[in-house]
Amino acid sequence: MAEKDTLLEVKDLKMHFPIGGKGLFGGKQQYIYAVDGVNFTIKKGETLGLVGESGCGKSTTARAVAQLYRPTGGSVNLAGKELTRLNAKDLIAARKNMQMVFQDPYASLNPRMTSGDIIAEPMKIYARKGLVAMTHKEIDERVEQLMERVGLSRFFRNRYPHEFSGGQRQRIGIARALALRPELMLCDEPVSALDVSIQAQILNLFKDLQDEFGLTYLFIAHDLAVIQYISTRVAVMYLGIIAEISGSADLYKKPLHPYTQALLSAAPIPDPAIEKERKRIILTGDVPSPDKQRPGCYFYDRCWKRMDKCKAERPQLKEAEPGHEVACFLYHD
Amino acid sequence: MTEEIILQVQDLKTYFHTDEGIVKAVDGVTFDLHKGETLGIVGESGSGKSVTNLSIINMIPNPPGKIAGGQVMYAGKDLVKLTINELRSIRGNKISMIFQDPMTSLNPYLRISTQMIETIVLHQKLDKKTAKAKAIDMLKLAGIPAPEKRIDQYPHQFSGGMRQRVMIAMGLSCNPEILIADEPTSALDVTIQAQILDLIKDLTARLGTAVILITHSLGVVAGMCDTICVMYAGRIVERGPTTEIFDKPKHPYTQGLIKSVPRLDKTSGDRLYSIRGQPPNVIDLPDCCPFYPRCDKAMDVCKRKYPLSKDVGNGHAVSCWLYTEAK
Repeated sequence: MAEKDTLLEVKDLKMHFPIGGKGLFGGKQQYIYAVDGVNFTIKKGETLGLVGESGCGKSTTARAVAQLYRPTGGSVNLAGKELTRLNAKDLIAARKNMQMVFQDPYASLNPRMTSGDIIAEPMKIYARKGLVAMTHKEIDERVEQLMERVGLSRFFRNRYPHEFSGGQRQRIGIARALALRPELMLCDEPVSALDVSIQAQILNLFKDLQDEFGLTYLFIAHDLAVIQYISTRVAVMYLGIIAEISGSADLYKKPLHPYTQALLSAAPIPDPAIEKERKRIILTGDVPSPDKQRPGCYFYDRCWKRMDKCKAERPQLKEAEPGHEVACFLYHD
Repeated sequence: MTEEIILQVQDLKTYFHTDEGIVKAVDGVTFDLHKGETLGIVGESGSGKSVTNLSIINMIPNPPGKIAGGQVMYAGKDLVKLTINELRSIRGNKISMIFQDPMTSLNPYLRISTQMIETIVLHQKLDKKTAKAKAIDMLKLAGIPAPEKRIDQYPHQFSGGMRQRVMIAMGLSCNPEILIADEPTSALDVTIQAQILDLIKDLTARLGTAVILITHSLGVVAGMCDTICVMYAGRIVERGPTTEIFDKPKHPYTQGLIKSVPRLDKTSGDRLYSIRGQPPNVIDLPDCCPFYPRCDKAMDVCKRKYPLSKDVGNGHAVSCWLYTEAK
């Protein structure tokens, strides 16, 4: 029932990683339930922010969407194509429409390639496979165009990654992602490794590119303020599931899930007057390990509003207000 | 916070000699720390925050690093000039430090008890049994559940947040006068960060410890600190009470920094303000204002000379030619 302006539809996505193995004496295979039933859609031109703490499954979700991991279950539908069922060859063709930008600009660029080659590589590969029709000259021109567009001088095209700063490397990563003119960009913490002044430059670049090319983003970050700034809608993840999903402004004004409330109250605000007045909801304990499936609510152990019901039954993501879905019994009748 | 100054850093310079040239990581840093004060040092990567604090307790690896000048006055002594044995009686005892990554700063081979007792026995001349009781008390204060049991475990049996609690307990176990916290929460999640900051605030207030908090997060300093020093390219460009710095930032860099952080409590406008360009390379930096290539208000004089720090009232000082008469 995908609407026609929906670009990506993810249904009941599951990614379970086997751990330990069965070993010599048999026994039950154990799993890490990294992503355990995630549903969301992204409309064309929209930015869905994915926020949560380390280990909650944000990156795994993005990678499972890109089919870098083949999901354990569920479906990923990109522009009418069901990605989970594609064979390797069709998948490569489909991925042209979906590119990734990674967190660490040091690890995600090949140190032995020049920036120009890095940006040209996706186009060269797709041209070789006959999936895009581009000549060498066209690729060359496009590299220069892309470099200028992301704010790098084209005279830098023969330089190697170590000659660039962190912010500039991230620009190279963005140019590479743009090279095949994708509709969807999966951005996995693209600004987390950057300094504040550079982070602002890169966030602005993302927004400008979106306006210019009508890009759609799945944008992952753990910084709530960054997510609020960039996103149209926000999904809050906890332990492999989505706890709450709603329009960005709505979520920040009126968080419903106790976890979202705690998360927002824990985020520091750079204003001493506000910081003095604020009441924090301090969560006790740590995020539990996702190595077992729980019958009840995953947030039960740390929730300060828990009820008996929450322990026995797992709340599903339901609409509490128009456009605002939450997986919490406080809002379900 | 009282008027009594317990640590005075004056014109501290720490240089690293590398093949490419001299890296002036810290180049003339001056500040005072008062008793019970929480002082924040903010700046971006490479601005010299950590090196400043390593220099205070003289932990700069030499070579390549060297404290090239300046003084660090503590209890009538210049820490820069002390012998290694004299320093050892101060480090971990009077001035202790907690680091960003609690995994790499605990010894993975040793039980928490061994690591904590070592410090306490060494500095407080207690016997092992009393030291262990003291260590358990500190862990309890730091919010570790069942400390009697947990103290005999190894670091890998603790989560990141718990390890940082152990580091804090260890750091405060000898009732230091000064606690240097170098990005204590940068490796932690927001909800854990809130717990740890709360703990540092609460414990140091109770024990009357002064804190030097190093961080790149303006949000963290806003909530924690009495005073802030903003560092850029090895120098403190602005320094003053927290409210002054946030309400009336003087230096164009501080102003830019505050404007470029997206804020939770404000619905986003169209674009973020961003400071153009990149932070400078601190190798062989000329003696001018290092911020001038990125500054909107740069003048001719900025390219020629570094502005001296100028007091603008309320304990607020800034190093910028906009506020200093050029000669």
